[in-house]
Amino acid sequence: MQHVSPVREPLVTGGKTYHDVTQDVCRQVEAAPNIRWMAALSVALLLLGVFFYSVYRTLWYGIGEWGLNKTVGWAWDITNFVWWVGIGHAGTLISAVLLLFRQKWRTSINRAAEAMTIFAVICAAMFPVLHMGRPWLAYWVFPLQNTFGSLWVNFNSPLLWDVFAISTYFTVSLVFWYTGLVPDFATIRDRAKGPIAKVAYSMLSMGWTGSAKHWSRYETVSLILAGVSTPLVLSVHTIVSMDFATSVVPGWHTTIFPPYFVAGAIFSGFAMVLTLMLITRVVFKLEDYITIEHIALMNKIMMVTGSIVGVAYITEFFIAWYSMVEYESYAFINRATGPYWWAYAAMMTCNVITPQLVWFRKVRYSIPLTFILSIIVNIGMWFERFVIIVTSLHRDYLPSSWAMFSPTIIDVGIYVGTIGLFFTLFLLFAKFFPVINMAEVKAVLKYTVDNGPTYTGQDPHHAPQPVTTHGVPASAPVNYDKHD
Amino acid sequence: MQESPKYWKGIEELENSPEFIKNAMTEFADFMPVKEGHGSTDATVAPRRDFLKLMGFGLAAATLASCEAPVHKAIPYLNKPEEVDPSIANFYASTFFNGQDYNSVLVKTREGRPIKLEGNPESPITRGGLSARGQAAVLSLYDSARLQFFTKKGQRIATDQLDQEVRAALAGAGRVAIVSPTIISPSTKKVINEFTTRFGGGEHVMYDVNSSSALLRANGGVLPAYDFSKADVIVSLDADFLGTWISPVEFARQYVENRKVSSERRTMSKHYQFETNLSLTGSNADVRESLKPSAMGAATADLYNAVVGGGAAPASKKLAEAAAALRRAGSRGLVVSGINDPGIQTLVAAINQNLGSAAVDTANHSYVRQGDDARMARLIKDIIGGQIGAVIFYNANPVYDHPMGAELGKALQAGKVKTSISLNDRLDETGKLCLYAAPDHHFLESWNDYEPKRGYLSLAQPVITPLFATRQAQDSLLTWAGNPTTYYNYLRQQWQGVLGSAGFVKAWDKVVHDGVARGSALPAPAAQLEPAMDTNSAMSAIRANKGAGIELAVYEKVGLGNGAQANNPWLQELPDPISKATWGNYVTVPRAYAVEQKWEQGDVVKVTANGKSIQLPILIQPGQAAGTIGIAIGYGREAAGKVADQVGANVLPLLTMRNGTINYTTSVKIEATGTQSPIAQTQTHHTIMDREEVVQVASLKQYQENPKEVTEYVKITTPDGLEAPRKVSLWQDYEYKNHHWGMAIDLNSCIGCGACVVGCQAENNVAVVGKQEVINRREMHWMRIDRYYSSDANKEQFEEKGKLDTYAAMEDPSANPSVVFQPLMCQHCNHAPCETVCPVLATTHSSEGLNQMTYNRCVGTRYCANNCPYKVRRFNWFSYYSNEKFEAVNGHMFTDLGRMVLNPDVTVRARGVMEKCSMCVQRIQLGKLEAKKEKRRPRDGEVVSACAQSCPTQAIIFGDMRDPESRLSQLLRREDGERAFHALDSINVQPNITYLTKIRNTDQIDFNV
Repeated sequence: MQHVSPVREPLVTGGKTYHDVTQDVCRQVEAAPNIRWMAALSVALLLLGVFFYSVYRTLWYGIGEWGLNKTVGWAWDITNFVWWVGIGHAGTLISAVLLLFRQKWRTSINRAAEAMTIFAVICAAMFPVLHMGRPWLAYWVFPLQNTFGSLWVNFNSPLLWDVFAISTYFTVSLVFWYTGLVPDFATIRDRAKGPIAKVAYSMLSMGWTGSAKHWSRYETVSLILAGVSTPLVLSVHTIVSMDFATSVVPGWHTTIFPPYFVAGAIFSGFAMVLTLMLITRVVFKLEDYITIEHIALMNKIMMVTGSIVGVAYITEFFIAWYSMVEYESYAFINRATGPYWWAYAAMMTCNVITPQLVWFRKVRYSIPLTFILSIIVNIGMWFERFVIIVTSLHRDYLPSSWAMFSPTIIDVGIYVGTIGLFFTLFLLFAKFFPVINMAEVKAVLKYTVDNGPTYTGQDPHHAPQPVTTHGVPASAPVNYDKHD
Repeated sequence: MQESPKYWKGIEELENSPEFIKNAMTEFADFMPVKEGHGSTDATVAPRRDFLKLMGFGLAAATLASCEAPVHKAIPYLNKPEEVDPSIANFYASTFFNGQDYNSVLVKTREGRPIKLEGNPESPITRGGLSARGQAAVLSLYDSARLQFFTKKGQRIATDQLDQEVRAALAGAGRVAIVSPTIISPSTKKVINEFTTRFGGGEHVMYDVNSSSALLRANGGVLPAYDFSKADVIVSLDADFLGTWISPVEFARQYVENRKVSSERRTMSKHYQFETNLSLTGSNADVRESLKPSAMGAATADLYNAVVGGGAAPASKKLAEAAAALRRAGSRGLVVSGINDPGIQTLVAAINQNLGSAAVDTANHSYVRQGDDARMARLIKDIIGGQIGAVIFYNANPVYDHPMGAELGKALQAGKVKTSISLNDRLDETGKLCLYAAPDHHFLESWNDYEPKRGYLSLAQPVITPLFATRQAQDSLLTWAGNPTTYYNYLRQQWQGVLGSAGFVKAWDKVVHDGVARGSALPAPAAQLEPAMDTNSAMSAIRANKGAGIELAVYEKVGLGNGAQANNPWLQELPDPISKATWGNYVTVPRAYAVEQKWEQGDVVKVTANGKSIQLPILIQPGQAAGTIGIAIGYGREAAGKVADQVGANVLPLLTMRNGTINYTTSVKIEATGTQSPIAQTQTHHTIMDREEVVQVASLKQYQENPKEVTEYVKITTPDGLEAPRKVSLWQDYEYKNHHWGMAIDLNSCIGCGACVVGCQAENNVAVVGKQEVINRREMHWMRIDRYYSSDANKEQFEEKGKLDTYAAMEDPSANPSVVFQPLMCQHCNHAPCETVCPVLATTHSSEGLNQMTYNRCVGTRYCANNCPYKVRRFNWFSYYSNEKFEAVNGHMFTDLGRMVLNPDVTVRARGVMEKCSMCVQRIQLGKLEAKKEKRRPRDGEVVSACAQSCPTQAIIFGDMRDPESRLSQLLRREDGERAFHALDSINVQPNITYLTKIRNTDQIDFNV
């Protein structure tokens, strides 16, 4: 038995029944696309077009289409890569870590957050491939046998660790996400009217019947995957940070990077989840599922991680001074006062100062302010990666090689294009897949429904009563032993 | 008798029907009839559908066929030439002289194609050194802008017809003139002499773009030979003798001989430089003062008075010190001046004479400058006046490179000369205005001889059959003069006089083999045309010269020189040693002036002088004298080829004549135009930011007092106390069982000339990327020379002025900075940061200490470049050999003609791969194989990298560090703890390149001792 304090705010508002949940979530899957969705998809497809054009230029003419030079060998490409990977962190954190910690509030946001993770990792994965001089040989980074024209790989290289980290993370996230989708696909399948939808969702639901055995396996797999994913949340960005930390470049060669990058990733991931959720809940009228409490909680996580990142920034400066290493201390002086001071200032403002506003309850509970804040943090985290990569590289050891970097239209095109790719995928997901995990929301619905009316009522010790199963489809979990 | 078997191609042939016979005559069947066949009774008419079907099939077949890569066939020799073995290089001795600097060279040929020039170590003059221009000359052989046949009015004409017409025209031409730059070939001079004698009123006028006319006049018509190794005190008055003045390769070697220090020799010469622009020579000087051009005369006079006249010490402290040093040095002192002013040169000659300078030799004098400005000016006036009947321009392009070129061009255009003939290698600015063009061979296709200095001879021999329908100029002149011999026979005839008729063939073969010989063939110089001044009139001439306003000092760039080789992309992209700018000239201005005018680098200004003006961007140049600007010649070509045309602007029209010589300075008006034009610099940060670990410099006094303390060795803190960084390592050391290649670079000997940069480019097929890509900071040079200016700020001011302000101030060079050059290529680290980060093992360490790059394996992540502390890795951003954006500048990689220059031992790198210095691994491999064939180890000096080979001052020493007897090992042992250091030692990457601390003789001389 799990006891839920009656003073807790309900996780789902509006006195929803199981049937309401099914209806609310399936509505946009089953209904014809609405005009707002069409408009959004058109914009996303346009940006995707920009992406394809920029990629064509890059592949046809070469990396020279970008603004890189002999001194700054990575700039927007790896900035975008780390940015997207960072954004991809919240999904796993929400679905895995919060699952292990039994944070019930995650149930209504985890589906979208996981989808976001997968799409963000897809966007991120574009860059390690595209930034290669010869992307058609990208498979050489895998330890394949010689018949693939491949020799052995260099296990010393953090880029190789990256290959493993990202591919593992992507695979596990995808499996995790899909596992969660199966019962909901079955619900949609059972309600589907059109022949195509019937076949499609039948295949997607992989023969799910909702039997006790299925539910038992589902729960076990979810727990195992959560257990597997949890270290990944830490490992992926740790390894991404080692792309920099293992180098000799002043400003990169920093032992603080792994925790600092992980905190930054969660920070930016939550910012992105917020941005998307705030839009989704309005567009699909899901305010009762993604409540203001969710938003406030996510704001708090953002503030904590934002503060960790702030401490990391300051620690870097302290160490640069304390180490008395000439190149290191100059790298940080240059970062703050050199020609790219504006990028540094943008990063500090967006990532360290703005999240502190969340201390105010009013900000935390304000939807417009949260939205603005989430965008600012997204921008700030992009600048963080830009600052780390470009300001460290552009002035390293030999002053003779110092140079400036300026992006070309193709750099911008690829970045904006991946945003298009991301939103195209996300909008398609939002239209054709259940954006909220119906099965899991139903599991938290019970005491929400029961406690809801009694929250302001007279008897705070009112015992939960079994709810009516009216209107619950066969696939809904009636899983009292676990949740009660 | 058996009949030979008969075969037929088909049944038709067997039947031999009349129709078959008809068709057999034509190769193809008739055109496919295209008619509407439907319902037609004519069965031979193919229906439209069949046509479409066939066309569809044809298209598909053609498409399929075109998917296959084209096959380039290599055709083997039918009869193998005796000397040519595929993949084995042959070297032939030759000589490069283009009217500027003289270099004795070895031509490396592969399968009959010259692919590289190297210095000829047998030459007593250039001693194995070769200038950047010399290195690049091989590329000009394959220049597609060369004129490929004889022309009349720009149209091709048969050689015989041209000869006929020219002979007829010359016969009744009246005054005939041959215009050329300085010619140091005795045989060519004789040919010209024969020609001018044949045509009664003939004359031969030589002029130099970088004229030494005044120097010649001040020295009785001879150009003194200098030996800088015999001077302990060198005072240079605007003579860029290490970069562009007279014979820089020769002078650099001599100069450095007295500058190299070691445990055996802890002294060096003292070099004072007084100049307007910061020149290569000035940047190497121990004491430098920047002066306005109009003040140079007074400075010379002061120096003269102080040294010779015993007058009062000059007001300038540096000048006074120079005068005192000269007096004390006596015959070990030397004054040189590059100013084309007879007055100044007269005084300079007088000072040297007074000192009895051992470094000046007027008996065995030099021939490399013979141009007479006054005579050339007279000729141009005569041409304009229509008094010349025929003029022949022999490798001379005065329309472009003479201050009166525009007037001359107009006269030629107007047909003031009835017969004008160009022997130039292309239809250049002058050539295209001439009636006839009979292009000369490239020197690698020609026979010739040279006498750069009295008593020193050298030869040039053809190393390839002429590529085009050209003819050697001497042959043309002989033909027109009616002499039927070929120039080769003529030359041999001449040389019988040098080598003697007895045993001539053997002696001749030896000279051809060696490339050089002793002996003299040129007549003693003619009597002076105009009498030299005495010192008094020189003094008054100097005093009369007063500058006004902003003064322009025109200079010559080390790379491009006078612009004759401007269509050579290697030279265009060679960074100027001082400004590090490529592709174009600019106005160098002092910082104070730019600040005062609120100008920024790249702002285009209009410079007006003598009624003419040009527009160029400005470049802020530390060391530029206040109130002056500098502009380089050699740019602004209009008909040199697609590489050089419209690059920069031509400054020569702004100049005028003064006292019968070209005055390379003038007063100008300068105004902003409000437009911008970026300058393509390969280095945009100019100070060292007080990072001693990169470049180490000490003074001679410090070195003499305690040589163990001139180099700072960084120590790092360990639990066991301070240790050398090498003592602490994460990595296991490599074991080198056989060889361990390395280099030592003596910063004291490196003068920054850039010969190694071009040498490396030629050896390793390094692509040229053009101006915009240099602006984008993507030049591909494997080897670069970093140039750092000193700054007034340093780390000691951190506490006093604050760290931030001091760092900001350290970014600004001093107004008159001291300069240090550091050649930088891959350091071949033993603990290489690039090697650990490559995910696919494309860059690895060899068992001989090389950091090697496997292009085939590279996927192009560029992490290695990011992680390289020396930033020596270069990425192929584009396909430089096929992307049409690079066709203009990197054309030699696009055409079969140009590709002949590529070194077949080195891959042309594909797009998307990383490249860098390989330490000329192909040469190492060759050396090892040669040794292996003879069952021995490679001898020291047998394997030399291209940069070390081309260095005129031998600043770079290449060798095997595992061979304890190699020059390199000996040097490293001797300098260990003294001058040897690794750049960025504290990060412990353990490079195989060792630098030797630069020693400057900057200490004040105590004259009271």
